[in-house]
Amino acid sequence: MSSLSGAMAEAWRLVASLDPRLGDIVGLSLRVSLTAVAIASVVGLPLGALIAVSRFPARRTTIVLLNALMGLPPVVVGLLVYLLLSRAGPLGALGLLFTPSAMVIAQAILITPIIAALTRQVVEDAWLEYREQLRSLGESRLGSVATLLWDLRFSLVTIVLAGFGRAAAEVGAVIIVGGNIDGVTRVMTTAIALETSKGDLPLALGLGVILVTIVVALNAAAYLVKETAQRRYG
Amino acid sequence: MDMRSPMSLLPLRLDHVTFTAGGRRIIDDLSLAIDAGPRTVIVGPNGAGKSVLLRLCHGLLAPSSGSIAWNSAEPAGAPRRQAMVFQRPVLLRRSALANVAHALGIAGVPARIRSQRAREALSKVGLERHAAHPARVLSGGEQQRLALARAWALQPEIIFLDEPTASLDPGATHEVENVILAMVAAGTKIVLVTHNFGQARRMGDEILFLHQGKIAERASAQTFFKHPRSVEAARFLEGELPW
Repeated sequence: MSSLSGAMAEAWRLVASLDPRLGDIVGLSLRVSLTAVAIASVVGLPLGALIAVSRFPARRTTIVLLNALMGLPPVVVGLLVYLLLSRAGPLGALGLLFTPSAMVIAQAILITPIIAALTRQVVEDAWLEYREQLRSLGESRLGSVATLLWDLRFSLVTIVLAGFGRAAAEVGAVIIVGGNIDGVTRVMTTAIALETSKGDLPLALGLGVILVTIVVALNAAAYLVKETAQRRYG
Repeated sequence: MDMRSPMSLLPLRLDHVTFTAGGRRIIDDLSLAIDAGPRTVIVGPNGAGKSVLLRLCHGLLAPSSGSIAWNSAEPAGAPRRQAMVFQRPVLLRRSALANVAHALGIAGVPARIRSQRAREALSKVGLERHAAHPARVLSGGEQQRLALARAWALQPEIIFLDEPTASLDPGATHEVENVILAMVAAGTKIVLVTHNFGQARRMGDEILFLHQGKIAERASAQTFFKHPRSVEAARFLEGELPW
């Protein structure tokens, strides 16, 4: 118990003193996960909305698959991206393995299905309400996708944040494709895993506290945005 | 700035139209011509197929059999020359002005004149003060007038109205009716479905009485309410058929 409280005290000291080691790790984590969530949103939001408003032969199968992909195990994604990017792999020539770019790719693959599947659900519910009106106005299918995405923007913020939370919190994919190289590809989750196994609990705990704080703060902000917007726009 | 094509959409001709859903014939071998000019009001008991008929005319539903044809067809992708206002308006989470501008954008109105056109449409329905207000927080009557402004801004030849006042109080109903009458005065053909006898008398030149998916009677409003020819219409007017 005393080791835990000692570690906690040391963790707070690290956080409060803005320890540069900590700063680098947090900075890289945010850069990687925010880039991944940006890419996943650019692909996942329109894709989910398009599936929601379209009728095509394998639609139900597509939806089941997409929902299943939400549960992709990070280590499996890491392994697949590793195989793609390794020297012998099809994209090996790019030399991306063990770089932050490889981590961005892995996280983007991991969360694109989450964003697409959740968007599909939200947009499909709204589509029932909007469809006749938009068709009456003569809006095309792609136009409807754009209109719906914008009209549901406050709900979609929550979805994008769920994607960010998943990306920032996963360790399995980034540790395989990033390699947890100090100062290059070490992010919060891989550092926590490493420091814990090394017995450096204060740094691990300090990072844990920061990680949880970031996720909670972002979700609180999203909740507030949604609340205010709903009161204002109805 | 009237971009209206010289060829009129009207008359609209329905030829032996049947619409089946869930094994039920909701519209049953119905033939009808809707001409430019008179204000057409469709009345009938619940489940007679009034809303479905309106959606078939507007192209939101496709007939199971039979044909629906305008005098001059609307080319695919071209701006629509018909509009519809629903019982519950679907407004976007934007300002009232932006809702009208959005519809104008779909209709291909250039961006630089959209806002001006939208403003004019809002002032026609008495909503200019609410231009910047979010559409979804307006009152029910204001929302329906905004939906009318959005439809009117498109300068359609014909507007289909599906029980536009069914969920409004008498004051708001009166305001909505005035907007509809102003549209008529500006030369727009209306086809109105209503549950309300008073409204049918006030708004209708001709009455289409729909019963079990067929037109049981078509008459001028005066004749219909004084001397209905069909048994069903007479029973309906006496309150023996469900509204």
